[in-house]
Amino acid sequence: MKHSIKTKAALAVFTLLGMIVSSSALAQLDEFPRTPDGKPDFSGIWQSMTNAHYNIEPSAARYGPNPAVMGAISAFPATLGIVEGGRIPYTEAALRQRDINRDDAIDLDPLAKCYMPGVPRANYMPFPFQIVQSEEVILIAYEFAESNRILYVDQPEIVSQVDAWMGHSNAHWEGDTLVVRVTGQMPDTWFDRSGNHHSWEMVVEERWTPRGPNHVDYTATITDPNTFTRPWVLSVPLYRHVREDMQLLEFKCAEFAEEYLFGEFRKPGTPIGNPGQVIDNKD
Amino acid sequence: MIIKKLITFSLLSAFSSVLLAQSDSDYEVPRTQWGQPDLQGVWNFSSNIPMQRPEQYGTQEFLTREQIEAAIARQEAAAAAAAAAAARLVVDPDAPPVTDNPGGYNDFWVESAGIGDTVRTSHIIYPENGRIPAAVEGAPRQRGGLGPDIPGDRPVRYVVGGIAKDGPEDRGLSERCIVGFNSGPPFTPSLYNNNLQIFQSKNTAVIMTEMIHDARIVPLGDKPALDDNIRLWSGDSRGYWDGDTLVVETTNFNGYRQTFSGRGSNRDMVLTEKFTRTAFDTVEYEFTIDDPSTYTDKITAVVPMTKVAGQIYEYACHEGNYGMVNILRGARVEEREANENGQ
Repeated sequence: MKHSIKTKAALAVFTLLGMIVSSSALAQLDEFPRTPDGKPDFSGIWQSMTNAHYNIEPSAARYGPNPAVMGAISAFPATLGIVEGGRIPYTEAALRQRDINRDDAIDLDPLAKCYMPGVPRANYMPFPFQIVQSEEVILIAYEFAESNRILYVDQPEIVSQVDAWMGHSNAHWEGDTLVVRVTGQMPDTWFDRSGNHHSWEMVVEERWTPRGPNHVDYTATITDPNTFTRPWVLSVPLYRHVREDMQLLEFKCAEFAEEYLFGEFRKPGTPIGNPGQVIDNKD
Repeated sequence: MIIKKLITFSLLSAFSSVLLAQSDSDYEVPRTQWGQPDLQGVWNFSSNIPMQRPEQYGTQEFLTREQIEAAIARQEAAAAAAAAAAARLVVDPDAPPVTDNPGGYNDFWVESAGIGDTVRTSHIIYPENGRIPAAVEGAPRQRGGLGPDIPGDRPVRYVVGGIAKDGPEDRGLSERCIVGFNSGPPFTPSLYNNNLQIFQSKNTAVIMTEMIHDARIVPLGDKPALDDNIRLWSGDSRGYWDGDTLVVETTNFNGYRQTFSGRGSNRDMVLTEKFTRTAFDTVEYEFTIDDPSTYTDKITAVVPMTKVAGQIYEYACHEGNYGMVNILRGARVEEREANENGQ
């Protein structure tokens, strides 16, 4: 009997706690900014807090490229991964390509060349991005490589006409969730620094859902029968930058990739960069 | 195509635009859902108005009605002469009629706005003579262009051309895909892709150019100034509303670009831009350059922008920059051949 009372009391406490937690979560959600027409207002500067850009699948820390020159700076940190179920459902051929990519990432990763990262990779890189939201179009401007995307809201008649590095984005609202269908992406972009890849046929369906005043749940469903045996999902929370003076800066990295891309065609003995720009390295 | 149609329309409607000017002053600027003047959309700033005023016009800012008529007649005569020249090129007796002749293969993307409602004698309105003021003695001068390389020193601050082909740094900034040749700031009409899109939220405006997808983010309000150490290719912008005009002040340029028209380093430049929607299809864009280390006076110019019923496409310059590989590789091949021939 005594035991039963204790159990009941514990249940009551848990229920009460549960109510407090859920009502506090709801209250937090109420604090998410809204536009005058009542839609969640995603305008602001966002960034993920994850090592997924090294590898979207779970992985331990490992050596990075050129350890003799770079030391620990080039090493890959461990990551829990952001793929639901942990593994990307590659076809056999696509898995072999992934492994080739991973083993030669320093030569093959399009980011080393400062190419635009594509979607979803741009959303979980270690660079902030800014959303500027209005009713018919939403701009997402990424600091990395000054890449950006225009989301056409409720304008399904505007379709992808030419492939683009950041794809073509059509958006619509499902309640408080902004759903974005991304098509027309170049086949050249990757998902991370570990060689995870896709084809020209990839369609990404993103779902942006407010989770608290400064948090957004981001999920992306990836469909690409050329590369994967079934659609799969990745998800990562996004955090708002709350620092008052936060702003996007420039990372026009084309300049920094010039020697990597064009160095073999440089006139021997001529300096790299403008005077005073490049610090001499070991070699 | 849409742009061409708009341009043709604006050419044909030169007079009606002048007549409509009166009713334009009654134009009520639409509002965003936040109650701010709505400048959003895709805008084209192509123009065939000269940046500097031909000296014959003195301080005359606008063409007279007679001068517009004469200019239209000149354009029509030039178009007819071009059509006649194209007709003479048709040597196949079974060729389609001249009117179906597609013209030069490069013509289709060249934007040159008609006289239309921009009846200025020059874009520059200050100094009053519409001319670029004298440069400060010792201010760097560099001229690029599509001709042969002009030897000089790094940094190359102009957009097209080069001082050599030893390395990518010897080429213009647009050839390196670092900045667009017309994307400023400030925006200056050029041969093609004179397009930008304006986005607005509650406390931010963004001016995104098609060329090299440069999204310049303009915080509205009292955001603190950026640290002086942080220097940017497109500078650091702050904006506010002055009535219905968006005023944008930009500083913190990196000094690796010219101030204006072949002169200076923009490190000390303060740029003030004003965007005013004067009609459904027009935003008047005005910019003032203040750089005492380059020019002895300020420069103010007005460039009307026309609404485009289309979308901005991704201008992925760097990702497709095979030109740079070929420029450098070609130069190395030429050097090798010269060496071999010399031996």
